[in-house]
Amino acid sequence: MTIMDDIESRSAPKHDQSAVIYRHRITTRVTHWTWAVALFFLLLSGLQIFNAHPQLYIGNQSGFEFENSVLSMRAMRAQDGTVGGYTTVLGRTFDTTGVFGMSGPADNPSYRGFPAWATLPSYQDLATGRVVHFFFAWFFVAAFLVWFASSLISGHLRRDILPSMADIRALPRSIADHLRFRFHHDGRYNGLQKLAYAGVLLVVFPLIIATGLTMSPGLNAAWPWLLDIFGGRQTARTIHFLCMAALVAFFVIHIFMVVAAGPLNEMRSIITGWYRTDGKKNEEHPV
Amino acid sequence: MSQFIINRRKFLTIAGVAASAIPLSGCDAFDSLLSGQSPVRDFLASANGLTYRAHRALIGADTLAPEFAASEIRQGQRPNGSTDPADAGYLALKDAAFSSYRLVVGGLVEKPASFSLAELRNMPARTQITRHDCVEGWSCIAKWTGVPLHRILDEARVRPEARFVVFHCYDTMNLGLQGAVPYYESIDLIDARHPQTLLAYGCNDQVLAVANGAPLRVRIERQLGYKMAKYIKGIEVVSSLAPFGSGKGGFWEDLGYEWYGGI
Repeated sequence: MTIMDDIESRSAPKHDQSAVIYRHRITTRVTHWTWAVALFFLLLSGLQIFNAHPQLYIGNQSGFEFENSVLSMRAMRAQDGTVGGYTTVLGRTFDTTGVFGMSGPADNPSYRGFPAWATLPSYQDLATGRVVHFFFAWFFVAAFLVWFASSLISGHLRRDILPSMADIRALPRSIADHLRFRFHHDGRYNGLQKLAYAGVLLVVFPLIIATGLTMSPGLNAAWPWLLDIFGGRQTARTIHFLCMAALVAFFVIHIFMVVAAGPLNEMRSIITGWYRTDGKKNEEHPV
Repeated sequence: MSQFIINRRKFLTIAGVAASAIPLSGCDAFDSLLSGQSPVRDFLASANGLTYRAHRALIGADTLAPEFAASEIRQGQRPNGSTDPADAGYLALKDAAFSSYRLVVGGLVEKPASFSLAELRNMPARTQITRHDCVEGWSCIAKWTGVPLHRILDEARVRPEARFVVFHCYDTMNLGLQGAVPYYESIDLIDARHPQTLLAYGCNDQVLAVANGAPLRVRIERQLGYKMAKYIKGIEVVSSLAPFGSGKGGFWEDLGYEWYGGI
């Protein structure tokens, strides 16, 4: 690029349609950051709670004299006499020494489900894990209720989150674009984005809240149908855990996509609401 | 002042770097804030009061916990906590097959009383198949037989200023420097008068085993296992929990667990 070109591009009327648009309303931004903070603490305190009994089951109760376990993390002595951490998933056992079942320094290992760096507090303290979990759970649920009511009323849910027929038809193309790292910055969500957000906001969030409530013996009295829906308290605990894993997976992809799509622009839009489009109209979304 | 003004881009960069450092720093970063003495922990724990009030508003006073079919009894009741107390008073009772046992009922009642096991067994009983939920996360279904606590309270006639029922126990828990600390628990009068709240002397059609709290343990079916004191020595009706233990209402509560165990 020559100096003349540069001057020209700055002084001449812009050929592209790049514009700064107001993309995220205040409700979206406040609930987003409430969830971000709450889920950080809910995850780490939840793993602390899980560590008090690092085993998951299907049904009403935990099988001590019968088998209904679907996941367990524990330290065991192998046939050669060495102790290691082992994770059993659906009857298959894997050596997970250093991460699950046994972790920490080799000369002073701790026998625990998730390692110290993944729990809050880092040491074993179920009571404090519960205090942290139930504090942030209130904020998580409150933000969900505010977001759902506001999005329903404003049309955000129908317009931006629920995939339209056009989005569904354009899915193969959307997948191909993602695989080529070709992103359209027109300020609107594409089909894959809508599916991801709808999955998290309308499936995983309600599920993780409902299964959390199902584990409460008090609420079991008030709403016993929750137990019927999920197939028992221990199944609810297992689903709660799976929802957690789904949210962790979503978080990894979410952060990856923010970095890939331009972290400054994305961060600006979720903090201030303002987003710079690239001006290229996405053909999937004729406006 | 002007040198303190940072532009938005700089702010975002700093915020981004700061945010990315949180997961890297490891979770011991919060340990000091969450220790037993920390005011931050006390503040977070205040949410438990909200949970308690929400549950009391949502759950009817006499709404029953789910009961299960006999086919759901697939294993013995899993024992936890004290399973074989070695305290002298308890051993003497156990050696005599609990023949000299008397449940003492006192505190804010018009008519303090005591009951032998035979007297308790002759009172109208209730049998229920319920799920026991441990705070650790596991559950176990068993059949419980006992006398509803409200019958005992009605006989002793609770005074109007009473607010809680405290269970005093024979077993002690070893707390290192503090030595042996007696187990105790407490509930409000709503759960104390709940139809499923039993002083249980039978489990799965057998006489209550020592591991499960013989001769008498309480069942509070809408709360967690640690609330359901075993090896009960006496019941005290009170207006305040401050005089007992560290004043939090129970052995585990004094160690940081929430008093309301319905969650």
